Amino acid sequence: MDLFEYQGKRYVARFDVPVPAGGVAATVDEAVGVARRVGYPCVVKAQVRVGGRGKAGGVRVAGDEAEARGCAEAILGMEIKGHTVHRVWVERASEIAAEYYASFTLDRPNKVYLGMLSAKGGVEIEEVAEHDPAAIARRSIDPLVGLDEPTARAWVEAAGLDAAALDGAARLLCALYRCYDEGDCDLAEINPLVLTTDGRVLALDAKVTLDDNAAFRHPEWAEYAATETEDPRERLARERGLTYIGLDGTVGIIANGAGLAMSTLDVVNQAGGSAANFLDIGGGANADVMAAALEVINTDSKVRSILVNIFGGITRVDDVARGVLAALDRVEIASPIVLRLDGTNAAAGRELLEPHLSDRLIAAPTMLAAAARAVELAV
Amino acid sequence: MAIFVDETTLVVVQGLTGSQGRFHGVRNRDYGTKVVGGVTPGKGGEDVEGIPVFDSVKEAVAETGATASFVCVPPRAAVAAILEAADAGIEFVVCITEGIPAHDEARCYNQLVTTYPGTRLLGPNCPGIISPGRCNIGITSGEIARPGGPVGIVSRSGTLTYQALHELSAQGVGQTTCVGIGGDPVPGTNFIECLAAFEDDDETGAVMLIGEIGGSEEERAAEWIKAHMTKPVVAYIAGVTAPPGRRMGHAGAIISGSQGTAQAKMDALADAGVLVARNPTEAGERMVDVVRGI
Repeated sequence: MDLFEYQGKRYVARFDVPVPAGGVAATVDEAVGVARRVGYPCVVKAQVRVGGRGKAGGVRVAGDEAEARGCAEAILGMEIKGHTVHRVWVERASEIAAEYYASFTLDRPNKVYLGMLSAKGGVEIEEVAEHDPAAIARRSIDPLVGLDEPTARAWVEAAGLDAAALDGAARLLCALYRCYDEGDCDLAEINPLVLTTDGRVLALDAKVTLDDNAAFRHPEWAEYAATETEDPRERLARERGLTYIGLDGTVGIIANGAGLAMSTLDVVNQAGGSAANFLDIGGGANADVMAAALEVINTDSKVRSILVNIFGGITRVDDVARGVLAALDRVEIASPIVLRLDGTNAAAGRELLEPHLSDRLIAAPTMLAAAARAVELAV
Repeated sequence: MAIFVDETTLVVVQGLTGSQGRFHGVRNRDYGTKVVGGVTPGKGGEDVEGIPVFDSVKEAVAETGATASFVCVPPRAAVAAILEAADAGIEFVVCITEGIPAHDEARCYNQLVTTYPGTRLLGPNCPGIISPGRCNIGITSGEIARPGGPVGIVSRSGTLTYQALHELSAQGVGQTTCVGIGGDPVPGTNFIECLAAFEDDDETGAVMLIGEIGGSEEERAAEWIKAHMTKPVVAYIAGVTAPPGRRMGHAGAIISGSQGTAQAKMDALADAGVLVARNPTEAGERMVDVVRGI
């Protein structure tokens, strides 16, 4: 789960990462209220989960109340790379002496944690990584050992941060590491991390991705559910326990397992069609889940045919068949459905569907045949 | 021969008394796997369809001589179960549990490496391992596999593992062992370890590798194949047309660069001499050709 900047800043702040005083606002009046509280000059920042908002005019500085109002009016409702700005974060402007970069993430090949720190922070960090990789000081961190302050200090020195930033940066790195580790982040990234002219080290932005698998031990994450996705269909799918990503094509896809779902997209594409979505009903899906999946896809008016591709393992094909029939009972499915069913209890599943087969409910013997038929129907 | 497990493997099922553990544990036993016990704390002395249940893995090992464990417990208990098995001297642990936090997986893996180097973990979040006709640990339907070899399968995706077995069996081509390594961020066993085991296995004549987008495990496997593998490899990578994945901020881009896309993986594998197929069916057909040529 990706957090917005305002959520990420509050999240890292819980672990004592210093962030500027600020607040979130959904209306112009609220934004002005926050500005009054934090004082001027202040920065008004669009809250979107996409890069490049500064270049798009989504980050502006205000010197007084009238300017703060003007900034909020300009930014709220703005479109940035297809994302509508519903909220702004308003914070006291910092006087910046230097901009750095810091992050913690998983080093997948080596199965340890990876910390990255650079004296060349700011928006162009990816270019730094590409053209000047030596400017990024990497530290492997053993998950069983963690990061202590002496190690953090040595790391800050190795990265070549200004001497004035040493104490503050080392403390901030330890706090950010605790946030990454105890806070169950997939990614905790501060860019820019700044040294202010009065010698403080602060997180001016925070990009935090939480590990959804750890939600069971973080009841406080419940507050993020409401802002997690803006796509109503994605939200509906999530409520039903489905992994759904909307796409532009005309063939609705339902499969079990992410690998098979991706593979289904591939074969639809190879058959000359295009997928309207990615939908993984997961392992052990029952009839209700299958019915919910069909109902979610049914709300997509782009869909011209639906391809159900199931290879039962934990998921039992007879349950899938019952789900299809239940969905057909409950709602009118607008598009013809092509089914490919194999694996655990496949014979029983096919038998259940047999009496209901028609030109609206079609069985196909293989994955490729099913894809070809679904594409034909979607043209 | 087979890799990692065979007809001599003695298996205990951790979580045998739960609904999933019972269903799959008994199914594995009925397939012919030597399931010698189950473990559920507090339920020692009971049995599940004739399989004795013990309070701890240590006790189960002492009583049955078990060498492998099948961990079938919920996410919050899975890491403790894996480490308990390792501490009891179990050499091979299969964990099918989906939804374990990544940090728990990282700590578990590093604990295994440092404290229990004699234990191999397969998974988590994997379908398990099957050496057809000999041993099946996990959730794969035994009937879709075909004994006799000569193909070894290693796959990151559960349902695509079944698809691969199905494609080969339907064409009359058997398998030596099929290993599902799972798609979680910190897999206990990776592609390279499986490829190396297949390379050393006399019965295995060719290997099918099923990968998917994300990470760089397939690229690393390609490098290894180029340097060490003498047996033919057929690969399929799922996700050529998948929507661009969630990019993990700048950090993700910095770590992986252009790696991670299906195309980059396919190019790396092709460059290593691997036959790269466009879909699972084509991978099966390619493998049939390879096997006929051996």
